Amino acid sequence: MNTNEYKDILVFAEVQNLKPAENSLELLGEANRLRNELGDNTRVLAAVLGSNISPVVESLFRFGADVVISFVDDKLAEYRSDLYGEALTRIIEKYKPAIVLIGATFTGSELAPTVAAKLKTGLAAHCTELKINDEGNMVQVVPAFGGKVLGDILTPNHRPQMATVKAGITQKIESRDFTGTIEDFQCDLTGFGDRIKITGRQTELAKGKPLHESECIIGGGFGIGNKENWTLLEELATLLNGATGCTRPALDEGWSQDEHAMIGTSGVAVRPKIYINAGISGAAHHTCGIKDAGVIISINKDANAPIFEVSDYKIVSDWKKIVEAVVTKLK
Amino acid sequence: MALNIAVCVKPVPDSKHYDKISIDPVTKTWNRTGIPMIIGDLDKHALEAALTLRDKFQGKVTVFTMAPESTRDNLVEALAMGADEAFLLSDKAFAGADTLATSHTLAAAITKTGPYDLIITGNESDDGSTGQVSAQLGEWLGMPHIMNITHLGYQEGVIELSVVTENGSVNYEVVLPAVLGVTRKVNKPRLTNVMGMLKARSKPLTILKAEDLPVDVRQIGLTGSPTQPGDIYSPKMGRKTEEITGSPEEIADRIILELRKAGISV
Repeated sequence: MNTNEYKDILVFAEVQNLKPAENSLELLGEANRLRNELGDNTRVLAAVLGSNISPVVESLFRFGADVVISFVDDKLAEYRSDLYGEALTRIIEKYKPAIVLIGATFTGSELAPTVAAKLKTGLAAHCTELKINDEGNMVQVVPAFGGKVLGDILTPNHRPQMATVKAGITQKIESRDFTGTIEDFQCDLTGFGDRIKITGRQTELAKGKPLHESECIIGGGFGIGNKENWTLLEELATLLNGATGCTRPALDEGWSQDEHAMIGTSGVAVRPKIYINAGISGAAHHTCGIKDAGVIISINKDANAPIFEVSDYKIVSDWKKIVEAVVTKLK
Repeated sequence: MALNIAVCVKPVPDSKHYDKISIDPVTKTWNRTGIPMIIGDLDKHALEAALTLRDKFQGKVTVFTMAPESTRDNLVEALAMGADEAFLLSDKAFAGADTLATSHTLAAAITKTGPYDLIITGNESDDGSTGQVSAQLGEWLGMPHIMNITHLGYQEGVIELSVVTENGSVNYEVVLPAVLGVTRKVNKPRLTNVMGMLKARSKPLTILKAEDLPVDVRQIGLTGSPTQPGDIYSPKMGRKTEEITGSPEEIADRIILELRKAGISV
């Protein structure tokens, strides 16, 4: 393969609720940052698929897309792994980007390996950092063993170099002055029949404030103990106009009802100004999601809890006494 | 209709012992000496999904793994849980495989020993957690594939599924054969018992090498892997860890001070 034929950076711009996914906008920002490392003639392409996407297409320019590739087809109204896989593959074959970035959403996490397999190219999952090395190849930093180990992944001899990135890892840029062009794309999607049929949909919007919009996050883990205790964390978050986040055990116990509130390798990465957490031991699964938080204050009754090593402030105490005292004072 | 089901599992280091994982600063390899290998958590949900379907509709459950021969006991455990047959794909030529080469190898074994009505995997492995093999297996096999499954039912040749998304859930019907990736929510895996362990010993467990499979040698192991690993390291996340002490009221005052300093209006 002649890797020199492949130049631009393509971002899959996922549509959620008729809007571009936050995760995709963040990746347009990251694509602009990588473009600066690759050289100015690198373009940032955004690919949008769907049936009613013109508002999304227009909005992508101000987040840094130079070219928006718009594929409008009624068959793409809702995500299906076979149709979306085919559509994005054909777009990549035509535009030959050197790099393809896809948000590690539920859709993106399935679409990315599908497309990588069709193109027989390399894909790095859930990258925590992307950079360009001296040879002009993308170095993709990925977590393993729940974030205990980080490793560099390269795709030196195949193109495109594909990566998925979770929400909250990279940062969006926005300017009304950015402009670009729209290019329509079409390809045949008739060969897939109805092997996969969508029969229903239940919409369940995230409860409470989204984590990525919160300057203050209150996190809780298994040490919170029960559902009633959990409401105390929610009360504190509300008083601070913030949000609650949780670990996998707190979600599995049903204390935090919100799948979107899970922070870490299997959830989201967050960057609030301040992160106050209680009853979290500090497994790498969770802590890799808080590394970009401003100030971290951790409360745990175990003085040796690993969470303290990654904290600015350590409070060895019964978390409930401390949180109750803060709530009382704030009221 | 009886269902012939393949389940792919991956032996992984037990996550309870991740604190023992270390990185050799010279060879830049990670060391997992002394950490027991187990079947991944999600893989047990995949196996349970297959066993539940077989118990209800008859048929057969065959387990596949691509791993060193030392993981034989992990496959015996899968047989003890109730699987009927197991294949261990083990060959030096498979070493160094990324997800594309791994899924190619698994697909070859499935093609060779099939046909199967359904192929079920965990949504992701416990160790690498890339979540890529399930979809890529579907692509190599030319079958429809769906991941993030929270509910799985079967009726007259059609699989009924619920899949979790950012905004709730979507229901699908999928025509067989298909490849499915399941989440923890799909079921509660059964435990193995002594009877199961005893039965497992007489169930077939076959080791397959590269020469036994219809693989393209350019697409297996390190050669067939577009991705290449580079440097590995421990994340640097250490912070100053200043201890705040005092009565709960004093500590609360300090927390409120830090909130103000961070720019939160209180």
